[in-house]
This record gives sequence, structure tokens and C-alpha cells, in this order.
Amino acid sequence: MSLASAELQLDLVGKTFGRHRALVGVSAVFSPGKISAILGPNGAGKSTLLGILATLVRPSTGTIRWGNELLGPTAPGRAAIGYVGHEPGLYGDLGAFDNLKLFGGLYGKAVDPKVILEKVGLSHVDPLAPVRTYSRGMQQRLALARALLHEPAILLFDEPSAALDPAGASWLSEQLVLQRQAGRIVIVVTHDLDAVAPLTDHLTILRRGRLAHHAPITTTLTGVDLRRIYTETTGACT
Amino acid sequence: MLAPNGFVKTIFLVASKDLRIEWRNREITATMGFFSVLMVLIFAFAFVNPAGDGLKSEVTAGVLWVGLLFSGTIALARTFDRERDLEAIRALLLSPAPRAAIYLGKLLGVVFLMLLVQLAVTLLSGLFFSASIGQHAVWLALFLGLGTLGYAAVGTVVSGALIRSKSRDALIAALLFPLVTPLVMAGVRGTSMLLNPETPDMESIVFWTEFLVVVDAVFLILGLWAFEPVISGE
Repeated sequence: MSLASAELQLDLVGKTFGRHRALVGVSAVFSPGKISAILGPNGAGKSTLLGILATLVRPSTGTIRWGNELLGPTAPGRAAIGYVGHEPGLYGDLGAFDNLKLFGGLYGKAVDPKVILEKVGLSHVDPLAPVRTYSRGMQQRLALARALLHEPAILLFDEPSAALDPAGASWLSEQLVLQRQAGRIVIVVTHDLDAVAPLTDHLTILRRGRLAHHAPITTTLTGVDLRRIYTETTGACT
Repeated sequence: MLAPNGFVKTIFLVASKDLRIEWRNREITATMGFFSVLMVLIFAFAFVNPAGDGLKSEVTAGVLWVGLLFSGTIALARTFDRERDLEAIRALLLSPAPRAAIYLGKLLGVVFLMLLVQLAVTLLSGLFFSASIGQHAVWLALFLGLGTLGYAAVGTVVSGALIRSKSRDALIAALLFPLVTPLVMAGVRGTSMLLNPETPDMESIVFWTEFLVVVDAVFLILGLWAFEPVISGE
């Protein structure tokens, strides 16, 4: 599978939890080398959609394809997915080295933790100290290192800048651009419109579980522009 | 590939991760060990006769199995707390590691910790209750080993299912104990017969051992089948 060419395609994806319809008939395409922002009010279905894209949640209806391959909880293609959530997805009692070696092993990759820590600007930290003693920003850097260990073609972010200080948020924006340049499909679920606006190549807005907006962005947006589109589409204040 | 590094390697990666965490903070073994020693001491104060009369074998068997059940519950709850902290479970489930291998890895880690504590409880029980533990060490190890495996096999699924529940500690016991009733009954009966100071009824002991093997096999198969949907929250 060519990392540069395969698109991620959702076809009429829906998800129900009991009688609650979290997502209804969502069809969308996410392209490599683009940063796609998924926005929407609370309860719009953003996290459910991201969970489905990550193959952690099974859709009730519809399909997800990466290139020609159907993605699901047992599909080989899920090894191409990297995920960074608002929690780092790391073992707090283990050090950075142990976490990276563990996840490298699970993906069948022999990793050099030192090199990886340098890449995310963590070469100065004690790699044996428990990760829970790291600052929030350091944990997010390590989370990105963990997500990039296996060179994923699809990179998913769920509120990655939540609780990050301005320096951490700025670093994260730089990383998103780097991942776009590497030809990855980058999908960001966020409420931070100001941070994501200038980076966004493609905008998806969900409203009450349905796709309210799904279109490329042709000019560089400001936070004000994005807020206007968001308010017009959802009717919600930001 | 879904399991690029091999099914067995994933099992050992997950188990060794749990044991490495435990080696670093010793939280589970300390809690289980403290609870188990306290339990043996309380039973010793309650049942041991200063006149030196021997205890009934049922009491020693009961102490061993109460220790197994309650210390096992502590291990099961804490080992999944560590998965929930910082949402490590999400990263683990996102990896291409087969869920069955993750289940077996978690199970292996819990079984190791439970057996470690069982060893201490058994030695203490032998000391305080003058039970004939040394005479039947192999059979006793078999009974407690099978009991531990079966209990952890169901417990890993139940604890995994409750990973996001706030009242998990209470619910684990409430859900788990009824499920393991056949296992406990067989284990206690068999152990009690084994520790009988008169001639143990070997025919019954073999029967209860075979019963435990069958129950373990059923629990393991059910665990392998049920772990994926429960851990995914489906």
C-alpha cells in the first residue's frame, strides 16, 4: 500500500448506542498529505467518529476503506493507524524507554528509544523515570513518539492540545505540519479553532451525528474565519 | 500483518510489562501479601487451640481458598487500574496485537502474582495450622494452581469489562464470585480431602482435580471468546 496515494474513505458510516444514534450516514474522504479538522459541538459524534476511524469502535452501519482495504478491528490495515488522544496512552509507572520498547514490540518494530526521544525533543528527560512524573507537555510529546513508532500512514488526534501550555500547543502545530509534509493522512478532532484554523486543508463539521460540512479549504483560514463557518454550520456559539 | 511479532511474543510482552510495573512499585504484591498474612493470622487466632489439638483439614482448606479468592480480586482490580490510567488501554488495543494475546498476557501476569502470594499463604498456613502440606506438596500445588488459573481466567474478563466502571471494586466481587462457585466448591472439597491427616481419599481427589481441569478449560475458552467484545465495550 503506497503511503502517499491511499485515501481514507467512509461510506454511510453510522453508530448507535442502544437507542441513541451517535452517527448517522457519514460519508467522507480524507486525503494523504492533508490536515483534516473535524469540528462540532459536544455530543455531535466527533469522538465516536474518531473511534471508528481508529478501529476501536465498530460501526453499526457502513464501511471504512483505506485504499482498497476495508478497515476494522481485525483488519491488517489497522497497523497503519497512529493515535494521539487527550490522554497520552502510556503506562505511567514505566519510563519513556520501557513504554517505547513495549509499543515497538507490539508493532513488531525494533526501536532505538534514544533516537525517538530526540526526535520529539525529549532527549533531556530521565528515560527511566515514571512517565506520570513528566509534565503534561512532555507526556504529549512522548504520546506522539509512541504514535509515530510504526510510521503510520494515518495519524489521528483527539483534542491533542487540551491542557497544553502555549509553547506545547505551538510545538504540536509544528508537528502536525511535519506529519502533513511526510504525506500522512492527518485528522484532528478539536475545539481549539484558533490553533487549527491556519493548518487546516480540509474541514469536516458534525452536527447531531450527521455530516453538516465536508469540504476542502482553499485559502489559509484565521480563527475568525473558521469560527464564522462553524457558527453558520452548527448554529452553535464557539 | 495483524500480529507481526507473533502471538506468543505479544503474550510475553503484555505479561512482562505488568510484572515490570509491579517490580517497580510492588503495590499489588504488598497489598495482597498484607491482606493474606492478616487473614491467616486472624484465622489462626480464631481456630488454633492452645491445647495443641489438630485442626480439621476443612479449616486449612478454607483459609487457603479464601486467601486465593480475595487476594486474587485485589490483583485483578489493580492490574486493570494501570491500563485505565493515562488511557494506556486505548494505545494497547489500537496496536495490531491480537486481543486474545492481550488477554492471555494479562492472565499470565495475574496468575504469576497470585501464585506468589499463594505460596506465602500456604507456608504460613502450614506453620500455624500444622497442616500436612509438605506430604502432599505436588497435589496441593496442582489444586491451588488450577484454582488460580480458573479464577484469573474469568476474573480477567470481568475486570476488563468493568475497566471504565467507577464502582468496579465492588462490582468485580459481585459478578465474579457467583461465576466461580463451581471452581471454589471443587477446590475446597479436593484440598480438604488432600489435607486429611488420615489416609486421603485419592479417588475423590483425582475426581476433583479432573473437575478443576474441565472448569479451567471452559473458563479459558469463554475468556478467549469474551475478552474482545468486553474490552472493546461493544
